[in-house]
Amino acid sequence: MTAPVTFTLAAVLRGARKGLPVLAGVTPFAVVCGIASQGAGMSLGEAGMMSGVVYAGASQLVGLGIWAHPPPLLSVTLAALVVNLRLALMGPVLAPLLDRMRGWRLWASLFFMTDQSWAMSVTDMNEGGRDVGFLFGSGFSMWVVWVLGTLAGYVLGARIQPPPGHPLFFAALAVFVSLLAGMWRGRQDVLPWLVAAAASTLAAQLMPGTFWYIVIGALAGSIVGGWRDGRRT
Amino acid sequence: MTLAAILLMGLATYACRGGGYWLFRQISPSPRVRAVLAYIPGTLFVSYVVPAIVHGGLQPAVGAAVTLGVMIVTRNLVAAMVSGVGAAWIVWSLH
Repeated sequence: MTAPVTFTLAAVLRGARKGLPVLAGVTPFAVVCGIASQGAGMSLGEAGMMSGVVYAGASQLVGLGIWAHPPPLLSVTLAALVVNLRLALMGPVLAPLLDRMRGWRLWASLFFMTDQSWAMSVTDMNEGGRDVGFLFGSGFSMWVVWVLGTLAGYVLGARIQPPPGHPLFFAALAVFVSLLAGMWRGRQDVLPWLVAAAASTLAAQLMPGTFWYIVIGALAGSIVGGWRDGRRT
Repeated sequence: MTLAAILLMGLATYACRGGGYWLFRQISPSPRVRAVLAYIPGTLFVSYVVPAIVHGGLQPAVGAAVTLGVMIVTRNLVAAMVSGVGAAWIVWSLH
């Protein structure tokens, strides 16, 4: 009933071209990541490697926020796991295409998958796209810009040497606030978000200097939301 | 150690990117679990932002309010970030 799923260079290029406008929004985010890496005391190579290997801005900023020398291995790993849990829910949506892919094409496409390239790929799939190259191409071009932007931000941060409390570091928080605005889905979010705000603020007060408040707030809010939805149905 | 931390973060992230798809291919989670997971992105960001503002004082509070306001009006990530950081910068320079 369905056309075969392919992985062509043409689709890779089409994905990269469609992703061009998104790159304008990603670049400042990457620069902020570079500045934060420099502020956390990394070398230029380490900053570039982090962006290349982790390639998930929100979790990198959370990790850099709790970075120390030596870094708290358990805390930063858990932070990456928790912040990126949403990515685990995105892959399955593309299952109609991905289930027909095998080997490196499948697993590399998933490695380069971001919120934005995933969203574009879902749209493409719903419009009849049958080529996983689109997901790969849009994600890979973002990866290149992400690493280069991080390196540029690092150099910029080293040049201006902003002291702790400098408003440039607020840019990291500003990214989260802006993305938060896009996550609002409607009135059903009011209760979970209030619970998350209260639980995380309380936890931050009780456990200063740790990152647990993020996990506690997120779990408290989403469990209350899921529990309430379950009672309604 | 920095290298180990970066690699561990990378592994954890790929466990989400690739592992989530792999896991969902093996099992199909209950509707209740799906409902809880759907709330994670929003509540997670709230839990990151709100304590930072509550414990951070005037600069992040003003900056966050401006960022949110511009984002809601323009839906433009760059414009929201630039105005928010600008507002935080003004508060900072007044001190």
